[in-house]
This record gives sequence, C-alpha cells and structure tokens, in this order.
Amino acid sequence: MTAQQLLAAERRRLFLKQTAYGLGTIALADLLARDTPAAATSSHPAAAANPFQPQAPHFAPKARNVIFLFMAGGPSQLDLFDPKPEMRKLHQQPVPESFLKGLQDSVIKGSAQVFASPRKFTKHGQCGMEFSDYVPHLGTCADDLCMLRAVHTDVANHHPGQLAMNCGAPRFGLPSMGSWVTYGLGSESDNMPGYVVMLSNSGKGVDGGSSLWTNGFLPSSYRGVTFRSKGDAILHLANPSGISGQSQRVRLDAVRDLNRLRHQETGDPEIPSRIAAYELAFRMQSEAPELLEFRQESETTLEGYGIGQEKTNWFGTNCLLARRMVERGVRFVQLYHSTWDDHSNLNEHLKTNCDMTDQPAAFLLKDLKQRGLLDETLVIWAGEFGRTPMNEVRRGNTPGQEGRDHHPFAFTVLMAGGGIKGGQIYGKTDELGYHPVDGKMHVNDLQATILHCLGFDHTQLTYFHSGRNYRLTDVAGDVKHELLA
Amino acid sequence: MLSNLRPAICFWTAVCCCPAFRHSRGLKCVRAVAWCAAGGVLLVAGPECGPIQAADADGTNDGSAAASRPAAPVEFMTQVAPLLNQHCLRCHGPAKQESGLRLDNAAGALAGGDSGPVIVLAQSAESPLIERVGGTDEDTVMPPEGERLTTEQVALLRAWIDEGAVWPDGVVIEVSGLMSAAETHWAFQPVERPQVPEFQSRDRLRNAIDAFVVHRLEAEGLAPSPAADRATLIRRVTLDLIGLPPTPAEVGEFLNDDRPGAYERLVDRLLASPHYGERWARPWLDLCHYADSDGYLTDQLRPVAWRYRAWLVDALNRDLPFDQFTIEQLAGDLLPQATTDQKIATGFLRQTLSNREGGADLEEYRVAQTVDRTMLTGTAWLGLTVGCARCHSHKYDPVSQREFYQLYAFFDNADEINIDAPLPGELEPYLNSRPTYERQRREILEPVAEEAEQLQREWEAKLLHAAAHPGEDHRWDRYWEVLGLIWGGQLGEGQLEGCEIVKLDWDKRTQDQKDRLLVYFLKHGSPVDEAKFKDLKLSEISSKLVKLESESPHPTRAPIVRTALNPRTTYVHMRGEFRDRGVTVEPGTPAFLPLLATLEAACSPTDSAPSRLDFARWLVAPKNQLTPRVTVNRMWQELFGRGLVATSGDFGTQGDEASHPQLLDWLAAELIARQWSVKAMHRLIVTSATYRQASFVLDELLGRDPNNVLLARQSSLRFSAEQVRDAALAVSGLLSPKLGGPSVRPPQPESVTMEGFGENGWIASEGADRYRRGLYTFILRTSPFAQMVTFDGPSPSETCTRRERSDTPLQALTLLNDPVFFETAQALARRILREKAGNISDRIDYGFGLCTGRPPTSPERDRLVAYFHEQQQILRDDPQAAEALAAESMEGVAPAEAGAWVGLSTVLLNLHEFITRD
Repeated sequence: MTAQQLLAAERRRLFLKQTAYGLGTIALADLLARDTPAAATSSHPAAAANPFQPQAPHFAPKARNVIFLFMAGGPSQLDLFDPKPEMRKLHQQPVPESFLKGLQDSVIKGSAQVFASPRKFTKHGQCGMEFSDYVPHLGTCADDLCMLRAVHTDVANHHPGQLAMNCGAPRFGLPSMGSWVTYGLGSESDNMPGYVVMLSNSGKGVDGGSSLWTNGFLPSSYRGVTFRSKGDAILHLANPSGISGQSQRVRLDAVRDLNRLRHQETGDPEIPSRIAAYELAFRMQSEAPELLEFRQESETTLEGYGIGQEKTNWFGTNCLLARRMVERGVRFVQLYHSTWDDHSNLNEHLKTNCDMTDQPAAFLLKDLKQRGLLDETLVIWAGEFGRTPMNEVRRGNTPGQEGRDHHPFAFTVLMAGGGIKGGQIYGKTDELGYHPVDGKMHVNDLQATILHCLGFDHTQLTYFHSGRNYRLTDVAGDVKHELLA
Repeated sequence: MLSNLRPAICFWTAVCCCPAFRHSRGLKCVRAVAWCAAGGVLLVAGPECGPIQAADADGTNDGSAAASRPAAPVEFMTQVAPLLNQHCLRCHGPAKQESGLRLDNAAGALAGGDSGPVIVLAQSAESPLIERVGGTDEDTVMPPEGERLTTEQVALLRAWIDEGAVWPDGVVIEVSGLMSAAETHWAFQPVERPQVPEFQSRDRLRNAIDAFVVHRLEAEGLAPSPAADRATLIRRVTLDLIGLPPTPAEVGEFLNDDRPGAYERLVDRLLASPHYGERWARPWLDLCHYADSDGYLTDQLRPVAWRYRAWLVDALNRDLPFDQFTIEQLAGDLLPQATTDQKIATGFLRQTLSNREGGADLEEYRVAQTVDRTMLTGTAWLGLTVGCARCHSHKYDPVSQREFYQLYAFFDNADEINIDAPLPGELEPYLNSRPTYERQRREILEPVAEEAEQLQREWEAKLLHAAAHPGEDHRWDRYWEVLGLIWGGQLGEGQLEGCEIVKLDWDKRTQDQKDRLLVYFLKHGSPVDEAKFKDLKLSEISSKLVKLESESPHPTRAPIVRTALNPRTTYVHMRGEFRDRGVTVEPGTPAFLPLLATLEAACSPTDSAPSRLDFARWLVAPKNQLTPRVTVNRMWQELFGRGLVATSGDFGTQGDEASHPQLLDWLAAELIARQWSVKAMHRLIVTSATYRQASFVLDELLGRDPNNVLLARQSSLRFSAEQVRDAALAVSGLLSPKLGGPSVRPPQPESVTMEGFGENGWIASEGADRYRRGLYTFILRTSPFAQMVTFDGPSPSETCTRRERSDTPLQALTLLNDPVFFETAQALARRILREKAGNISDRIDYGFGLCTGRPPTSPERDRLVAYFHEQQQILRDDPQAAEALAAESMEGVAPAEAGAWVGLSTVLLNLHEFITRD
C-alpha cells in the first residue's frame, strides 16, 4: 500500500469508530443547507453535474431558443424604421424648445439642428409597416416582425448602453441575458456550448467587448463562448500541429484513465466533472467542423444568406451558423455587428452596415420560418440606443456628411417569432422622433418580455449574490403583453 | 407643551444629548431608560429634545386649513404617534432611515430627509409629508407597500401640521418588538477574544486553531483527517504561500529532513521567498480590480499602472503590517512627510475606470469612480455591501443612503494625479539633465512668453465660461469636455487634472502644473485665436517642446491620489443620480459602527471634518469589529478554499453566518495581538493540524459535508488562472523568475483583442517576457487575456472577493491545444529527456514527479507506459507528425520517440492533479 492508501484506510477506520451522527446533525444540516444557494461553486455536488441540464421554466414557453442580432453602436432608427415626414419642415432649424424641456443629457446639445432623413420609406406587407430604402429585405419580413418604436434606455454612452441592453443595467459585473437564459433553461446541445457569441464588423469591434457576454456572478459555465467564422471557430479548438485525430483520442483516453485512477484514490468530487468537460471538449472538436461545413446547404440557402457575396458573407455566415446552432440545440445565439455609430457621414456608413446585414438578417427569419423553427425561436434586432433627430454639429456641419448623435430617449427594436405577434407596430414617437408618445418601453420591459416568451417570470429568475437576489431586469421591467401572439 | 403629555405613558431620562439626534444616534442615548407600552407604542423622552414647534399662542398660524380641521385639537401621543408607528417607522425609524428621513423623534421629523424638509409648519398643503401619504401617484405614494393611510388618517396628520405639529418635548417613539440589525447581527458585535475550547483528542492539537475545529467536529460526531503525507504537504504549502509548485530538489530536501521542525523551517523559507508577495498580491488585485487600461469604449492603456502592483508585492514581501498597509493605500499621500512609496500605495484607489469616450459626462464618470472607491473600501475592509445604499437606504443592513454618501465624502476630494516616481538609477541622469533642459525650454518659449500667456488666459477664461454656462457655445463646451477626456490619455494620467488646474487661480499653480497646462494649451488651444496662434507660430513651438520633452530623461511616473485642488461639497445623490442633489453631507462613518470621533489621537482636531487619513485609521482601529474579521476570513479562504464566512464580501445580515464564529473571532483578536502581521497569521494557519490534514474525501463525509464546512479534511482546490499558467511554465523549466516591472504580453490569438472596440492590438512580448508569471500579464479591461478568463480570472472592472472554480470544455481546449501550453509540453519533454537518463519508466516517474510532486502508482505508471508506446507507434507511421510534435530535434532521440515524449508531457499537463492543490 502507498502512503495515501494507508491514509485512506485510516480515514475509514476513524469513520467506523464513530457512532451515530449525534446531536449536531440538525444544526449541521441547517448550516450545510444555507451554503447551497450562495456557494454555487463547482465544488457542490449539484454543480458537478451538467450545468446545462435542460430545465423547465416557470410556465409553458413559446420560445425555446433566442437569436439576438445586436447592432452595436446605435443604428439610426430615423433612417431605417421610424419615418418622420414632418421633420422636413424643420430641417436645419434648431430643435423647438418644447422637445428639450427638462433634458440634461450631456450628449445631446441644444444647439444642434434638425436633420430630416433623406431616406425614402415604403410600406411593406399586409400590415403596411414602413421601412427605408436601406433595409428592403427586412421589409419583406414585415408581417412576421413586431416593430417597437418607442424603446428607451438610461444611458447615452456605448459601453454602459450595451451593458444596459444586454445585462439589465449600465454596470459591470452583471450576467448577460444569454447567461441568465442558459442558467435558467440549460441547453439541449450535447456537443456545443449553450450560449454562443459571434462577431462581425464594418471596421471596429464591439465597444463593450467581452463584458457583454460575461457570466457576471453566475457560474462561468454560463459565459458566452465566442465562435468565429474565421480561424479557430472556438479558441484553441484545433489540435496542435502533429496531433492527429487519432493522437488526440489516444491522449484524451490516457488523461481520462489517469484521472479515474486518481479519483479512486482521493474521492475528489471535482474529478468526474473534469472528465466530463474533457469529453465535451472532444465532442466540440468533432462537431464544430460539421457545423461549419455548409455543403449540405442548398444553393438557394447560401445565396439567401449572401454567402460568397463580398458585402454579406461575414454576417450571412454568422446568421447561417446561428440557424444551424439552434437546430443543434444551442439555447442562445448572439450576433454582434459593429459599429453603427454614425456621428458623421451617416448616409454612407449606414448604407455599408445595412448592405452587410439587411439581406442575411431577413433571410434568417425566412429560413427559420420555412423550417418551422421561427415559432420556437425568438429573434431580436436591436442596438443599445438610437440616434438623434438632429445633425451632430460638434464635429462640423458639412452638407452630405451629416451624422447623428446618441439618442437614448426613443429608438426602434425589432422582434420576431417565439411567441411574438408579427405585423404590428408598437409604440409611437413624437413628430421629431425625439420622445415616445405612446407604447413607451424601457430596455428592462424588453428583457422582461423576452424572458416571458421563454417561460420565465422575470422577477423570479434570480440568483443570490452579494447579499441579495439579482435578476436580469434589475429592479424594474414589465412584460408587454400586447406584443405576444 | 407638557400639558400634551400623559405622565403615565412616558419616562424621562437625564441622559439625552441632543446633538446626537442629528446624527441618527439618539436612540442609543435613551436605551437605558425603562419603557412602558401605550397602545403598542413605546415612548421615551429626554428633557432637552424640544418640540418641533410651539403652537402659536396667538393663533396666527390658524389659516385656511381651519375648515377641514377636526373639532378638538389633535393629540400627539394617542393619535399621531400610533399612526407614525404603524405606517412610517419601519423605514423611517431607528432601524432604517430611508431617504435620510427619521420620524421617530422631533429633531428628525423637523430636519426632514435627503430631499429637504417634509413638514412645513402650519401649512399642511405645502408639506411633502401630506403629499406623500395622501397622494395618488403609485410611484411616490407612501407607504410604498402595505396598508395606505385612510382619508381620516391623512386629515388627522393635516390637522396636526396645521396646528403647528406639536411634538411633546423629548418624546421618542420606539417601535415595539423591533430590534435593529445593529443590535443583533453577529458580525456587528465587538470582537471578544474567546476562550480556546477543551476537547477530547488532544493529540491532534498543534495550535489553538485546531482546538476550535476539533471541538466543533467532536460536537458533530466527526474526527479530523490524519496529516497529509509529506509530498502532498510540501506541494500544498508551496503553492499556497508562493503560488508555484516545489522543485524536485525542494521536495527531496523536505522528504529527507528528519529533524524536528522540518515543516516549520519549510514554511519560514517560503514566507521569506520574494515569490510570496507575487502570490499574495493577486487576491488583493482582485479586490481593487487592477488593470493596465482605462476600460470603457476606448480602453486606452495605462502604461504605469504596474507601479502600484510593484508597491503591493514589495509591501507583502516586507510584511508591512496590515494596519499600515491599509493606511498607506487609502491615504498614504496624507501621511506626514509622506514618502514617494507611500504615495504610490494610493494607486490602490486608481484602479477605477476612466471613460474617454467623446460625449461622456466628466462629472458622471468622476462620480462613478468615487462610488466605486466607496464600495470597494466597504467590501474590502468592512465586508459590507455599502453600494446597496447608493440609491436608497440599505434594505438589510444598517447603512442609510446618507451614510453611504458620508463614506463617499471621504473620497470625493481624492483627485487622480500622476507623479514623478523615479526608479533606481533614474534620478541622477534626470537631475543632471535639468539645467540644459531648462535652458533649452526657455529658448523655445521666451520669445513668445508674454503673448502666449495672454492668449492662454483668454483661452482659459473661455473654457471656464463654457463650464459654467453649458449650452451657450457648443464649441467651447466641447473644448472643455475634451480637456477632461483626453488629458493624459494613453499615459494613464488622471483625467480631470487639466480641468482642475484651469479652475485654479493662476498664482496658486505650481510650476509643474503651469508647465503641463502650457503644453496642452500650445497643442490644443488654437481655437481661442487662430490668427494669433499662427502669427506666434505656437504650433511649431508646441512641436519643439514635445520633442524636447521626449528627448530629455524623465523619471517614470506613478498614479496616485491627492487632495482636490478645488474642494468639492458632497451631496446625497437622490436615487443615485449624480445630477439630483439632496442635502449636503460631511465625511462620516456608519452610525452602527464605533464612532469616528471617539477614536483617539489619530483624528484631526475636532473643528475640521475627518479626512481620508482619519477614515483609514478608523478602519484599522482596534475597536473596529469588522476589519479584522473580514481580513482573517479572506486569509482563511485562500488557504482552505472557503472562508469561515463563505460570503467573504458580505458580513451583513444577508451574508452567511460563520461556520466557526469563535475561531473567526480568535483569529481576529490574534491578528491585532500580532501587530497586524500578515505573515505571522499565515504561519499560524499553515502550521495548524487543521491545515495539514489530508484532503481525501470519503463518500460518507462527502454526503454529510460536501463543501467541507466543518474542516474534517483539507480541500482539493483547482489552481487559479495564474497558477495554471505559472505551474506549466515552472515544471517545463520555461518560467522566467524575473520579479516586478511593467506588464508583459504573452502570446495569444489576435482574435481575442479584436473582440473589443479599442485599437489595442496584442503584440506578443519577446524573449523571457513571454514566460513571466501570470501576475505580470497585461490586463486589458475590454478584452482580458483569454487564458485568464477561461480559468475564472475575475472581471477586471469589478471588485472580486472570491473566485469561482469551474470545469469547462474551454479549459480542456486551452490545456490541450493553446500554443502556450503546447510549448510548455515540448519544453517539459526536452527537460525529461535531458535531466533523466534511464528507461521509459524511470523517465515517466521523473516527469510525473515534476508535475505532481510524487511518484506515480504502478497502475498510473503502467497506463502512461501504455500510452507512450501507443503514441510512439502512431508517430512511427506518421513521420511528419512526429517532426511537428518534437519541434526541436534532440541528439540520439528518434523523432517518433521525441514526439511521444511531447505527447506524454501534454498528458501530464492535462491531469486534474496537475492543476489541483490537494
């Protein structure tokens, strides 16, 4: 026997010497029970099991999966979704005082001039929803889309705004929406992470970086895994040069067997979950190439997503991957496209981003619908805020190079599928698109409604941390039942 | 007034100090008094506490409200007091003062809350109190939950106010049955050194810690585990104290040391190691969320952030006592004759984020930084979630919103600034170069000095005007904003320094301030008068000046805080909104903790408000019951994987209770008794039998105590992210032992930093800097180093008091495939072949020993041998793969064999045991 085996034997002997558990048991059970909610570390046996074990939500859900198209930077709702013909009359005029009453926001300066959108809007679908000429493809989905025109947020800077939209409040350290959803629902995928993030851009990465897909204080299994359509899809997915598939299997078998031997020796409850994690890693390695392999997709599909076309290829590939992941049970797929932050040269930059994303996003909805997946997949198209009705003057005022500043008071968000009633416009803004006049919806309301579609009472999906129960919607949020099918 | 009071239902007390009432501490003064019940309300009175207002004898206040007034005058004791008690005092009473409002005594009711008075005497229609209780707005009506006041009750309150709000002298309404958390919660009670308990198995005792632990185990019918074997012990204690695995020589020496005290000698050697500071710096950096960049969108670099880290490592290595450690980090700049080092210590407070995004409101983000500092201090020393009280009084702990801003006030006047802090060898060349530098500078500036100064004064006037009149001229609004946004960007300088200098009278500025502002003005000031700027060729002068600066030797700078040039008044921020100012507050500490003013000599003269230095001293005053408890608990957490209080960042009423409350208090008392020596405490804990137990888990015990709360064993703990990296580098022989210095960038895929918006690429460091300890890895807030994130490294933007330990497939992929780890496997293979002659088994034993500190068991050895042959055979059939694996050829070793050793090394580096401290 080794020294360790001797020790183990000694331990057993000591245990046998002990009589019944004695008087302390009740107090002990109480103490141990207290430990469970707060200390959701993996050292707890419950957490050692699969953290993505599928779980039932609070009530029957309409949506099972989410695809969130995050348009980072603040797309201009006034040039895409919220036509304001009245603005023409005020073009290049100062904003009437009545709109600015009580505003203190630092970004929106009173001295700016109204900038009427040069875009042409057309009615689409049976519902007659209006879209600008920059997003003709989204227009073709009008009857499936719910257009929220009076969404508002609390902050006018990118990073805090993105945190508010995605994590519920403009602060660091809070879990992202995808983390909450996978924490609440688990994942149906055995071979892929439950929460996947994909990025594309027209020049600059997403402002908030990885703080936007953080698990915050939730266990880190619920962190978004970035999946790339270029290079290694998942960081370090590829074996090092010289390790063939066969070598990989052989070394993984050795690692597994040695870990098992160690487990027999020490009883460390972490070891089985480490073994499981290695097996999932191997399955991801095997599954990912298949996921990335589009040979099975029809020409029509590839063309629909714009794959192979210069402008649409990147975002289109991410959209197609999103559909393929949802088919494979991935719970929450989030695409970030950046940046829509058009302080100047708005006409040109906005077109670039629309050209990259409009067709693939629209085709994603159609593709999901045609495959019968749209009913159970909630698709959201949103930025962190919108843009001002005024031309931004602090960087000059050159005709043709106008831009708009950040606008947190009213902006447009699109939703489709997963229990949302299509073909409706919810919310209305004033004649400048400055403030909501009807159907006002805070980002927390949006989050509450998303969770509702997934079968959650947003006030009950909580996690105990730092002295209190936290939730995605912080301390606010109302479900907007009008949006639901 | 006394006529309103029924003697039968109240008592007088002779000890009531009115001023205390203003600080919500009144209750303590009267607690000694006996009370009796009056319809559920207990009343206590003090003679000096006056009524809100004597009802005007001549009745002049008897105005328009007369019509609605009940026939008889309102009786406070029987009518108003019960009403306040039933509906208001739970949130506006002794336990809590929501919005700073306290309605159980006259002084509080008259003073009102954070948004001002709530009672306007004799004018009920103007009194916010009536508006709140009688209103219909769902968002503002009081009480927010529970039963609303009836129309009759509101009318009663109206009448009471209109009659002059008569409040009998000194009456304090006490809420029956309500004990405040301050009185009952364990962590808020004073630390009293407990008796070391008696217990049966005395042979298991090494020090008092064991007495507490075994006593508890015996009560549960359990016994402690036997001591771990020596190989496990040296690996455990080496990893715990210096963060690195022991070398084979160190293991051998310890295993062969048969003299008594071998373990203690080992501990002493480790405590004296310079790597000790590196290991213990990391959890402290988690608390202050250290990083090498600003955060937010632009995430600009902070190239001198590491100066604070260097101070920290050094302070830990020289065992700076924790009280002094505290004082220097929070207020080193305020110490008499503060040394540069003591100032650098305040870099602790410089780990907050800076927003340099165009359009960011300077004040909003300054407030955010100050809030961050307040919360951080509350968490790190007091174990309190004080941040909860930012927007409203704490829901669970006795910290009111006003008290939050009193704590905040200690930091409100701490301004960010960088100073010259010469590194060894920098000072002399700098001083030597000064005369030449100053001459050259004069030559550049003198021809335009007067005119430039005139222009600069105009420029400053315009900036100041814009700052005071925002919206008047958006161009100058913008210039003012930009001065704050870009000042010292990419250098990690304090953002607001430029604005603060401009605000300062010209003749109050130091030469350094003048010089620095001039440099900025010459570069950015042209809008004041483009033509004149051109005439005077100021842009050229600016370039010359910048060139001169860059060519002259300059000491390395360091980020610190210092007292604001332009002192600010601190306000309560209503609902946490920085623009929404409530009442002003003075710096102060929460009322439920020992009074600041009672703390001896350390404090400034009583006529001035307490300073940041007073606050720091208060935190480590012997009377402060939280700091020592919180501190020893964090030590325990690091050495057992779990604190005696599991919620190490929350000792409030929502936190966990201590598993061993007496042990915690004994350790807290011991920390003070040992003059706050952290090393002495570490030594005490790691030499206990409790620490030295085996970590093996028997099923029975796992079922009863899965989290090892009772400490019947040690815990097996997965390494921290840094340790995973450090250990792989160490066993492979690649680790650079270099201590300190600027942060480095080990290789990682470029795609990681492309996730963020900032233009921070990731150009990997060269040479030995690729193999430095994880502590020195450059931390970008928006895209932290991938391997750190994968292994549960904390968010670099938020205080972290305990890290998680997860098992994820991404960790597996990192250890299996990350080029950094693969390179260590290749190096480990070469090391095994180089250092160990012999057959395959011998070499396997050697490699296994390097990675785990023990020889393999025979089944383990057999399995590794089988793997080796299998891998070798695969590579014999695939020579290209063999070449690729082996990377460098070794003399006398066939590629397939070399490749198989690399494969075997990856197996060793992927063992659960390799990344676990047992």
